[in-house]
Amino acid sequence: MDPSSLLQYLITGLTLGSTYGLTALGFTIIFNTTGVINFAQGEFVMLGGMMSVYFMHALGLGEPAAVILAVLGATMAGALVERLAIRPVRDCPAINLVIITIGVSILIRGLAMLLWGKDTHALEPFSGYQPIMFLGAAIMPQAIWVLAISLFLLGALKLFFSGTIHGKAMLACSYDPKAASLVGIGVQRMVLLSFMISALVGAVGGVILAPITMTSYDVGIMLGLKGFAACILGGLGNPFGAAAGGVILGVLESLGAGFVSSAYKDALAFVILLILLFVKPSGLFGLKDSKRV
Amino acid sequence: MKAAKCVVALAVYLLACVPAFGADAVKIGAILSVTGPASFLGEPEKNTLVMLQDQINAAGGVNGRQVEVIVYDDESDVNKCVMAAKKLLDQDGVAVVIGPSISGNTLAISKFFSSAEVPLVSCAAAEKIVRPVDPWVFNTPQLDRHAVTSILQDAKAKGYAKLAILTVSDGYGQAGRGVLKELVPARGFELVADEVYGPKDTDMTAQLTKIKGAGADAIICWGTNPGPAVVARNRAQLGLSTPLYMSHGVASNKFIELAGDAAEGLVLPAGRLVAVDQVPADHPQKPVLEAYVAAYTKAFGPQISSFGGYAHDAFALVMEAISMGGSAASSDIRDNLEKISGFAGTSGVYTYSPENHNGLDESAFIMVTIENGGWKVAN
Repeated sequence: MDPSSLLQYLITGLTLGSTYGLTALGFTIIFNTTGVINFAQGEFVMLGGMMSVYFMHALGLGEPAAVILAVLGATMAGALVERLAIRPVRDCPAINLVIITIGVSILIRGLAMLLWGKDTHALEPFSGYQPIMFLGAAIMPQAIWVLAISLFLLGALKLFFSGTIHGKAMLACSYDPKAASLVGIGVQRMVLLSFMISALVGAVGGVILAPITMTSYDVGIMLGLKGFAACILGGLGNPFGAAAGGVILGVLESLGAGFVSSAYKDALAFVILLILLFVKPSGLFGLKDSKRV
Repeated sequence: MKAAKCVVALAVYLLACVPAFGADAVKIGAILSVTGPASFLGEPEKNTLVMLQDQINAAGGVNGRQVEVIVYDDESDVNKCVMAAKKLLDQDGVAVVIGPSISGNTLAISKFFSSAEVPLVSCAAAEKIVRPVDPWVFNTPQLDRHAVTSILQDAKAKGYAKLAILTVSDGYGQAGRGVLKELVPARGFELVADEVYGPKDTDMTAQLTKIKGAGADAIICWGTNPGPAVVARNRAQLGLSTPLYMSHGVASNKFIELAGDAAEGLVLPAGRLVAVDQVPADHPQKPVLEAYVAAYTKAFGPQISSFGGYAHDAFALVMEAISMGGSAASSDIRDNLEKISGFAGTSGVYTYSPENHNGLDESAFIMVTIENGGWKVAN
């Protein structure tokens, strides 16, 4: 095995992995505020990509404007999901809310199919097709965009959660909503905010990915699944763990396809995930659940 | 309120439909995947059948009888397909059935047709449908074997020796993989890499890197959209110069749209439908192709694909069999289908026989190159 192939597998894995990581981040944000796994997260990713395509073709906007509008639109969709589907049943146990998010994901997917059709669409890369050659491996300019934007989002979220009053308030809600509301935090407002932020993160992921992977009404299913797996791998609730879990999953898949067999690459990644969970059930970077008595 | 309106509209529609077909109409069943994952096949097929039904009835029908096409949507689901087949055979009493759109569904229902003694003319391409021959089952698309043969002839002419294959892990890709693994060594090539990707995969860089390492002279990719478009893009992104062949499964403008600039220079076997204007005027398929393309684009817009052509040929062959024998009885249609020879359709020139229920050969394909976002027939 020559080193340039190995490098190529790593680069491919990193690009693929950061998309899983971005989806996983969205899961983490909502989980941290509400304790709910939002299975409509993959649909936010799809909305980012599909809305960009729609705004470009139907309204004739340039790519930058279409992308920004799409991200805003998906953020609004996140807010709507919270208002219409989660808030009316906010007192239900978390498991009911999880089931509701599955329903929401099916609804969003169905609406997207009716509105925009069943075709796959492609988006132009932000800075051309010409690959950058690095030690015999090709790096797509779009991959650098994906990595840079993912890192930027991760840093911004880190700052938001540990450095701002809103971020800290959201964390407080996840520890104990009642105590949070007693110290004057608007818990419902925080939940709404968490849905909007995670939809925004998901949509940004969908937009930067669409030039590489293309987009259609049903891309959210697989991305949601992989993003969720990345969350579990990194340890549920830890944003850094989610991003790292995504990257590890992507690299495993890529190396699996390269060195073992491309027919079993998904299986290989998930087998490693299972083994890891047997050894360390809380995930790589998850904290042990401790109960005070 | 809206529901009530719908019911009224439906009733009016049904009333309007009924008198159009007298008791004497020739009933033709069709099972197509109009919705679901295979809707890219079933939708143009259904459009085509409805259009042809109206055309032939406006022209006075077949043997002086009107034609009624009963279309059921199997939603790309094998269970729904079986139910539709039973309904067509037991309740509707059709003389012949066109479809299904996909191979798995065709194989699941073909045995009902032999026991009911009703001919089935499938729009699906799998070789198993017609080999070994079931007396009651025919199909119209070109076989994978014909496409692979066309590609290998082209590869031989260009002097390639080592080939790599990259196939999708669904029914279409694995059927193609089977034929490729048989014919590539048989025609004197060396198979240096055999890679697979999933139908929902979004990145095939790893597979292409592996193929590059294996030192292939050319790559053959077997899949339907969007996978091959990703392969084409990844190839361009990797700066890979190894020539890439595609299968006939992507021979539509949608593929060029998806792959963009990365599609330039790719070579694939395709039916003549993709490049009607480049078919020589004296070719037997020319008038059929021109008529079909003109009628279809007028009724449904420019998104024409060779898949609708499969249904066109099935319908045209059935009509030919009915008018040849002057009878629309199921057994006569079957017997006369086997007698059809040199019949030009959109996918090729059909010659059926008791031993051959596909009717086409390699000449149904032309090798095309994608150039400037369009199809260029290779010489």
